[in-house]
Amino acid sequence: MTLELTPSDRAMIDGERGEAARLATRIVAAMAAATGAERLIDVASAHVDGCLYHGQASLDFAGRLVDGGARVTIPTTLNVGSVDLLHPELNRGDPATIERGRRLMDLYVSMGCRPTWTCAPYQLPGRPALGQHVAWAESNAVVFANSVLGARTDRYGDFIDICAAIAGRAPASGLHLDANRAGEILFRMSGISKALLAEDVLYPVLGHLVGLQAGTMVPVIEGLPGSATEDQLKALGAAAASSGAVALFHAVGVTPEARSADEAMGGKEPRRVVEVSPSRLAEARDSLSTISGDRLDAVSVGTPHFSVEEFARLTPLLERTAISPAVGFFVSTSRQVLAEIEARGWLEVYRRAGVKLVVDTCTYVTPILAPSHRVVMTNSAKWAYYAPGNVGVEVVFGSLEECVRSAAEGRVRHDAALWQRG
Amino acid sequence: MTQRSGNVADGRTLFAGSARGPVVRLDEPLSLWGGMDPATGRVIDRRHPQFGQNVAGRILLMPSGRGSSSSSSVLAEAVRAGTAPAAVVLVVPDPIVALGAVVAAELYGRRVPVVVVDETTYRSIRTGDEVVVEARESSATVRVASPPS
Repeated sequence: MTLELTPSDRAMIDGERGEAARLATRIVAAMAAATGAERLIDVASAHVDGCLYHGQASLDFAGRLVDGGARVTIPTTLNVGSVDLLHPELNRGDPATIERGRRLMDLYVSMGCRPTWTCAPYQLPGRPALGQHVAWAESNAVVFANSVLGARTDRYGDFIDICAAIAGRAPASGLHLDANRAGEILFRMSGISKALLAEDVLYPVLGHLVGLQAGTMVPVIEGLPGSATEDQLKALGAAAASSGAVALFHAVGVTPEARSADEAMGGKEPRRVVEVSPSRLAEARDSLSTISGDRLDAVSVGTPHFSVEEFARLTPLLERTAISPAVGFFVSTSRQVLAEIEARGWLEVYRRAGVKLVVDTCTYVTPILAPSHRVVMTNSAKWAYYAPGNVGVEVVFGSLEECVRSAAEGRVRHDAALWQRG
Repeated sequence: MTQRSGNVADGRTLFAGSARGPVVRLDEPLSLWGGMDPATGRVIDRRHPQFGQNVAGRILLMPSGRGSSSSSSVLAEAVRAGTAPAAVVLVVPDPIVALGAVVAAELYGRRVPVVVVDETTYRSIRTGDEVVVEARESSATVRVASPPS
């Protein structure tokens, strides 16, 4: 297979639109070659993850682009950075690193990207349409765009995201193509009660299980209720994209490319069928915690970023319950959702409860938790998956209600009945 | 096991280059982001069977990438810091890993070849084997230079 470039692609590679466009298109073309793409396609928007500081290489690359006169040519949102710009007092860790994180964020804004600083760009207005090609990075945003919105993006990562935004082009490969969007592994909900299927806590656990079993295959899930919410599907996708390389899932009767199991499977037989039984779910749930016992130092929710609807669930819980002063409580969200929470008059509840609202970043990618926060409870399978490696904590997984109750009592409390709803 | 020495397997190039070194073979996919510390090259994913192993300067065999799209940055940063694997050998093509290698070469002029081999080849190469990777634009070879001692 050879990559066919259009005259305008060639012009960019020849440097006619400047040095940054030359480098960006060259990298897009190199990726196209690596993925076996035959051509590049136009993309309507980009979501850029490269603004999170991973070391000098992050700055070197963005700096090279800015020096080359880089400007994005399509609407481009930015993922979390490593600094909460609105609440600088929350940023711990060494000031030089914070400064470098901030500088990197500035570089991306200077290329014309919108300073959205969220891993949940799908919560912003102007979401991609069904079938629209986009170039999104951040694994949870990728899986949400593909699965829940039915837009088409491959698993883009740092570097290629901003290159696609500058070139307005992406390789015609991976999940941009019909052939790669068909389901390959079928998950059947088996003996899971309706009551449990309605619980938020089921979805991250199911996602964790799906990711572990699916690996790089496209999963199809049969037996989820049509009433599954976007937040539940967000949690499912984020978990599956952490424990596995899942960039697209189909939920039969729920997601737009899965009106039937047959449509989701592209008319083919699954390569594997996994029965999702209560015991399998319990096993997946337990594997999300790294520690047992009841010690609790902090709670962190909002990975991916908490939505307005999730705040609508948490707010009354906090109104009813006093959080123990010994337990830190963090909610990560976007500054756009924060503005909405403020407009609804809910901020006072959080202030009174001593809950820290973190924006522009997330508690598992940068030092926000205190050094004394050694055992942290979360309702996010993604947070549970990455936080131990990234920020060196022990994790306890539980539902949002379990998190609040534990934070109130100052020790981990599980609701055994939650998983036995019949 | 000496019969494995000299075995040549054909693969596909995701990013061209050549490398030689001892193998670290992973039993499960690894997300470099959150899974490898670019300051040291150590596997830091505590759930991973090879937790604690160091991949710096090694020929890293992993079945596939996993998870985060930030893995490209981690690989590029590891190349800059001198803690990157000498080459990456995959079974399932992973554009995110390949991209990290592409950008690192643009920024630092150091090439970490990334190749894809079939499962049989993957299984035939073991941790500690000395392996030579020759990845050209059109094709790639992965050769075991000497058996483990």
